[in-house]
Amino acid sequence: MEDKKFHQLQERFNYMNDILAGKNNENLRLLSSRLEELAARLSSLGQEEAWEAVKTLEDLFNFVEKKIEAELTPMDKVRIVRNPQRICLRDILENVYDNYTEIGSMGEHSIDPAMLIARAYITRRQGKRTFNQSVMVIGHEKGHGEEIRNGGSASPWGNAKALHYMKVAETENIPIHAFVFTPGSFPVEDSPGAAQQIAKNLYEMSNLRVPVLAVISEGGSGGAEAIGLADRRLMFSHGYYSVISPEGGAAIEGNVKRGPRATPELIEKVAENLCLTAEDNLRMGYIDGIIQEPELGARCHHFDFLRQLRQEVLRATDEIVLEVRGVEPFRSMSRRSRRKKTREGLNMDTVHMRWNLSPSAQERLVERRHKKFRGLAQEAFLDHRTGWDQFKSVVSDAYWEFGSYVRYDLLRRRQQNISNFLGEMKSETSFFLKNQTAPFRRLFGKGKDSGVKKNGDAEKQLTTLSDWSDDSQDQRGRWAYISPKAKEDRAVVCPNSATHGCLDMWARDLYGEFAGVCTHCGHHFPMEYQWYLYNVFDHGSIREFHGDAIESKNPLDYEGFSLKLEKAKAATGLKSSCMTFEASLHGINTVVAMLVGPFRGGSVGAAEGEKFILASERASKKRLPFLAYVHGTAGIRIQEGVNGVIQMPRCTMAVRRYIDAGGLYLVVYDTNSYAGPVASFLGCSPYQFGIRSSNVGFAGPGVIQETTGAPIEPHYHSVYKALARGHIQGIWDRREMRFNLHQSMLTMGGRNLYYK
Amino acid sequence: MLDISTLLEEIKAAPYVESSIRTPHCGVVQFNEELQPGSKLVGPHGNWREKPGTVLATIDRERCMKNVNALEKGELVSINAGLSGQFVEAGTEIMRVRHFLSREEVLQIILKQALYLFNAPEKAKYYFVPAVDVKVKNTGPKSVSVHDGMELFIISRMKREMPLRYSGPDGVIYAVYFSVNQNLDPGMPLIGVCPPSQVGQIEEVSMRVQTEWPED
Repeated sequence: MEDKKFHQLQERFNYMNDILAGKNNENLRLLSSRLEELAARLSSLGQEEAWEAVKTLEDLFNFVEKKIEAELTPMDKVRIVRNPQRICLRDILENVYDNYTEIGSMGEHSIDPAMLIARAYITRRQGKRTFNQSVMVIGHEKGHGEEIRNGGSASPWGNAKALHYMKVAETENIPIHAFVFTPGSFPVEDSPGAAQQIAKNLYEMSNLRVPVLAVISEGGSGGAEAIGLADRRLMFSHGYYSVISPEGGAAIEGNVKRGPRATPELIEKVAENLCLTAEDNLRMGYIDGIIQEPELGARCHHFDFLRQLRQEVLRATDEIVLEVRGVEPFRSMSRRSRRKKTREGLNMDTVHMRWNLSPSAQERLVERRHKKFRGLAQEAFLDHRTGWDQFKSVVSDAYWEFGSYVRYDLLRRRQQNISNFLGEMKSETSFFLKNQTAPFRRLFGKGKDSGVKKNGDAEKQLTTLSDWSDDSQDQRGRWAYISPKAKEDRAVVCPNSATHGCLDMWARDLYGEFAGVCTHCGHHFPMEYQWYLYNVFDHGSIREFHGDAIESKNPLDYEGFSLKLEKAKAATGLKSSCMTFEASLHGINTVVAMLVGPFRGGSVGAAEGEKFILASERASKKRLPFLAYVHGTAGIRIQEGVNGVIQMPRCTMAVRRYIDAGGLYLVVYDTNSYAGPVASFLGCSPYQFGIRSSNVGFAGPGVIQETTGAPIEPHYHSVYKALARGHIQGIWDRREMRFNLHQSMLTMGGRNLYYK
Repeated sequence: MLDISTLLEEIKAAPYVESSIRTPHCGVVQFNEELQPGSKLVGPHGNWREKPGTVLATIDRERCMKNVNALEKGELVSINAGLSGQFVEAGTEIMRVRHFLSREEVLQIILKQALYLFNAPEKAKYYFVPAVDVKVKNTGPKSVSVHDGMELFIISRMKREMPLRYSGPDGVIYAVYFSVNQNLDPGMPLIGVCPPSQVGQIEEVSMRVQTEWPED
């Protein structure tokens, strides 16, 4: 018995050693020496003495664990969640649910062993009656370090499987419990593609008509968002939820690309700066509650914790249902009393509540979810709008909404009805007259085609070659904006010259007349975003909104970031990397949100997200098409932590509202577009196009190579690959963007566009 | 008749290919200072040969700096050092490099001269006709004699199968370059044919190359 106890103590010591990674030497040295000492004399002690000695050492362990617990750093918590001893989804399925069936997996025989789906039920008793309440459990499985589980890093097809069963849960009207145990998504572009699938998941999850509860243990960026968009988000007290892993953040911060890795000190510092702990996330409002774990984190033998988890899961699901069911005063009262009782020890197993929702409750649920995410991250950007500005904005919003309704719903529909009626009458009359006058026409010998005016233009169009002289596609090198690079007197070599034999070009020609396009192979050199502003939209039609009103800030006081931000603002003259404006294109008004590459790599933070949402709402109210032009984006701004990553669901939900309202959401990628934005609000568009020679993907080649261990073929992220795997819908020549955009506006989009 | 042994001796006497590096266009040349005659060079490498070879020199024309890279693995023989920093015309020889032939390359040179290669006419899977296939499997390809106009292959593509006749000199099949279910691109060799009398000689030379040819 005492041997077993002693062995357990040794395991506890090893665990502490692992999670502290060699730190806190004083405490660990003490425990180590005491363990060694006891090991040496344990065999010589009598049974009672041995038991006493082990008991004393156990007390010391308890004391030291408490001490270490109080001093845990964010990076220690990261190590805790990654430790193989940490509870995993299978432990939860075994102990929190009363019965479950795994779906689509038998160990390694699964489409993705890192993503586990199970139909489970929880049994609740009320009086003598028992109720089995079904749920769909979806989550990452780390499998206590099993190699096949890939550390819980789900592949694109794993995320696709998760989405499939979320839709099944919706069909069956049962709640979804999502358990997030992932360091991040597996960054491969194999079909369906990591970014594309996460975007699809977010888009669909935003409108799931069943309660969704997410419990986060390890919430690594996009991988977490792929299943984490929920009505209630709970977090384990020792978990983390972050925009990037501290190691990844440190590699970027320390500008480490290859060779030496970031130092442990830098990684510790980045983990602190990222504000990734449960307390941080609760303070910022990105989670709804914390589930307290035992000291130094929950492991699979902590059955008390698993019991507590069951209660929390039940309570959270009940609360989601209560919020959308019944009449508001009664719901609130019931919720308040329930929460109070729970604190006093109400056993949730003895309270029964149906979890299926009526159609009206489902609508309220989706509405609440959108409202909840819309209200997040409001403190994470600078809002310079005064009270008067906001009042004006409310009035103009109401005016646009009402105006659009009157103009496009009421009047136009009536007008259309009248014009349809008149058209019908006209053809009926002409048909009648034609029949009646046919004998007279035959009598006077008029030919069949008499009366039909020959249309000279139509004839010319059909019989002659196209005339390019008046075609707007080709402006014959007379561009409204010429790149400053055209002022340099130098030759430029095309990157394809070795394979395609392209000749060197003079910069003045290339960046001027040729619009940055190689005349031989068509390679597109990157151009400034201003080129598009002046050459794509109608001259003088651009009207920027929220330009200075919403500004990026440093919400986490990330060390050194304020200075970098100020530099970016001074260099670009912009307040954030997102520029929103209204413009017209061949007379069609449109709302544009543009991610500007030169501003912090076009990264997206809270200000950019807010501006993007406001732009989509404006487009919706004014019934305008909504264009997202991505001049370049490096991803979510890591220095904003979860304030940045939360923009993924927020903006995707805004886009969903806009598309559902019948708009046209177009995305055009230029230069390089990667990571979070592509894996959410950009990647979810049904109409995505790439400018030739641009790159679209989830993670950069370096990250993929480091994660997968396999080399990345050249042009892995090219738009042609993205087109081949179905991510984008077409590739455009820069010089034809104006024409193609106009064409898209005429041929694509929903029912509620003002010009249709 | 081709004297394979003499050919091998010739290759052995000069087991490399020497080539000159010339400027792709006019401009001012600067040599890579780390290189000296005798320096080892690396050609394009990586899984997709995506990493360029050793930078030999740079050439600047109209403020556009371009690297001149080694195209093959080898050794630098000489540098026309007098041209450093000078404006040169296109096609000027700036260096000489020596590429040592690998075992595979030597074999290719010999087989190219000794064998007649019959190539795939289109992208498809190729099979021998059943009678030939049985013979190849049982007694090896060298037992199959081919002659011009002989029906030798079946072309199979997307469930369309049609016969393919051999055209070329008469002989025996020395080597088969395709396998079952392999998709071949047009122009890829299907078989190598040689006169029956040369089979033994080619085999012997091939063996000697495999065992004796030094390779670093």
